[in-house]
Amino acid sequence: MVRFLSEYRDKDLAQGILKRIEKISKKPANFMEVCGTHTVAISKNGIRHALPENVQLISGPGCPVCVTANVDIDKMLAVLSLPDVIVTTFGDMMKVPGSYSSLSKERAKGADVRVVYSTLDAIEIAKNNPEKKVVFFGVGFETTTPTIAESIIEAKEKNIKNYSILGAHKVVPPAMKALLDLGEVDLHGFLCPGHVSMVIGSKPYEFIARDYHIPCVIAGFEPLDILESIYMLIKQVEDGRSEVEVQYKRAVKPDGNPVAVGVMNQVFEPADADWRGIGVIPGSGLKIRDEYADFDAARLFPDIEVPPTREHKGCRCGDVLRGLIFPYECALFGKVCTPTEPVGPCMVSSEGSCAAYYRYDERVKA
Amino acid sequence: MKDDRILLAHGSGGAVSHSLISDFFLKVFTDPTLKRLDDSAVLELGSDRVAFTTDSYVVKPLFFPGGDIGRLAVCGTVNDLAMSGAEPKFISVGFVIEEGLEVSELEKILKSMAEACEEAGVPVVTGDTKVVDRGSADQIFINTAGVGYIKDDIDISGSNVKDGDAILLSGSIGDHGIAVMSKREGLAFGTPVISDCAPLNGMVKAVLDSGAEVHALRDPTRGGLASTLNEFAEQSGVAITIDESKVPISEGVLGACEMLGLDPYQVANEGKLVAAVAGKDADRALEAIRANKYGKDAQIIGTAKQTDRPKVFVSTAIGTTRILDMLSGEQLPRIC
Repeated sequence: MVRFLSEYRDKDLAQGILKRIEKISKKPANFMEVCGTHTVAISKNGIRHALPENVQLISGPGCPVCVTANVDIDKMLAVLSLPDVIVTTFGDMMKVPGSYSSLSKERAKGADVRVVYSTLDAIEIAKNNPEKKVVFFGVGFETTTPTIAESIIEAKEKNIKNYSILGAHKVVPPAMKALLDLGEVDLHGFLCPGHVSMVIGSKPYEFIARDYHIPCVIAGFEPLDILESIYMLIKQVEDGRSEVEVQYKRAVKPDGNPVAVGVMNQVFEPADADWRGIGVIPGSGLKIRDEYADFDAARLFPDIEVPPTREHKGCRCGDVLRGLIFPYECALFGKVCTPTEPVGPCMVSSEGSCAAYYRYDERVKA
Repeated sequence: MKDDRILLAHGSGGAVSHSLISDFFLKVFTDPTLKRLDDSAVLELGSDRVAFTTDSYVVKPLFFPGGDIGRLAVCGTVNDLAMSGAEPKFISVGFVIEEGLEVSELEKILKSMAEACEEAGVPVVTGDTKVVDRGSADQIFINTAGVGYIKDDIDISGSNVKDGDAILLSGSIGDHGIAVMSKREGLAFGTPVISDCAPLNGMVKAVLDSGAEVHALRDPTRGGLASTLNEFAEQSGVAITIDESKVPISEGVLGACEMLGLDPYQVANEGKLVAAVAGKDADRALEAIRANKYGKDAQIIGTAKQTDRPKVFVSTAIGTTRILDMLSGEQLPRIC
């Protein structure tokens, strides 16, 4: 695997693309990278500051942890407070604050929260603790949802009755549409998420190019992938075209991964979802279908008491997620809110825009 | 520090650990020697200068590729002494053992400690053992403390990095953290990753004997290279710029980090040193490090400049610049 990394990090090739960008780019170009992994890769490779002044990269709502609404985290914490519950989750979710606490803080107080790398680990925990109820906190986009769906199918097949999912799953294209409909940001192109597109393919973005006349390029994650994708977006802007192009051809096919999509659709059906900063977006979430209701924690624990949601004072994560402000334009950034003492989720998550800017971007860390 | 309970992140070696130290420990323990926050305390005893240090080891699992808790406990303390420019002389050992530990495991650990002591040339001269009931500890925890002797002309501290210093790194980074993590989580990578756990007093002696003007030494353990360089920058008021292409990282570590979303700069090492050496002496110091068996892959990775904005910068592989920040939060608990 490593052998195929250095090829995508070649200095001469990178500098070559930057020169080509400089040469052809005349028009203002505000591109949104929708995916949190892109945000990190862009910052980590110093790409933001290597582009011409007229090209701006704006981070969007692409970190699944960050867009999880407080109310969903509060629900998870409420489930955690029930007797005989083990909560399992991906590591990124641990530190994200809900209205009053976080999984990490509850673990320090003695709650049983376990970080897993895969839902299969969560199933193992369920098998090994038959007297407990093992709840997986499912947060994520189309990239991880198929694996969560698969775990439910497996649990049903193997008759594992103490395993369930508390889901806050989301899908990406409706959120892109919602941002365009809000019309708050002057966007000239989308750098579309590579991993999500491996699953859903390139077709779900076509309405953006066709109806909104916004160029889309599905990008890989190495520095050369990103630079080439930015070049492709600029080319579309300069040519006055709007199409869905795939730069990440080695992984993304027009129809995506039909098996993964099939598994996802077998277990989940579309639903509305609440996005931090944006609010409820129709059809942007997934809920567990009735035939798998026994594995839906929301239905298994109907009586949980969730305290009233409250937002963090002064935190502008919502505006960051909508692309309205750059992280450093929030008054809390780098002062009250740092990765050590984060206020909002965008500073907590390793894929959050604020954390990425704080960690890697020199210009904004005065 | 806002938390009302200790979190795992407080033991990470990164920014959260630093806030615990400065907001609590340094409020109570106010000795100026402690405040320097070097790997060892440098003390005057009569006309002699000695280095004194202590460290506890809670690694899980006890045995991992390239080492075990015993070797780690000896090397860690030997290295902390060596990084203050001291010649390690004696160490103490304290064991907290959980009821039920297999005697054969204890024997293996003790044998490994003896071998590491032999290699480092440092004897265990005093010790203590406690056994606690099942569940009150996890198998075995080890504390070691050590004393070393510092020659008159040596003045090494994280706060001594100077304008124009070259920054040297003795070899590849991230091996220890990834080795422990892969063993613990049962992860297998194409290239197996072996911990670099090793005593570095021989290497330090070689650098000092080379005649190079050495200003700072540190072993980048928890928090990794990122924490060490940021500590140098903050303590000395310098900006450090390193060249990403010069930092050795093994294929296995790189692959594991890519897969797990870890930053190799923030992953722990247990047998590496970072040195700040006067620019004119960089090559001489490099040669001395490379002559040591644990320093064959050593590199000059960067330089330090006087500044009023102490920070660490990375020239990336693609020719851009970014910041290198200290680890924040917990990354891999219980790796040492």
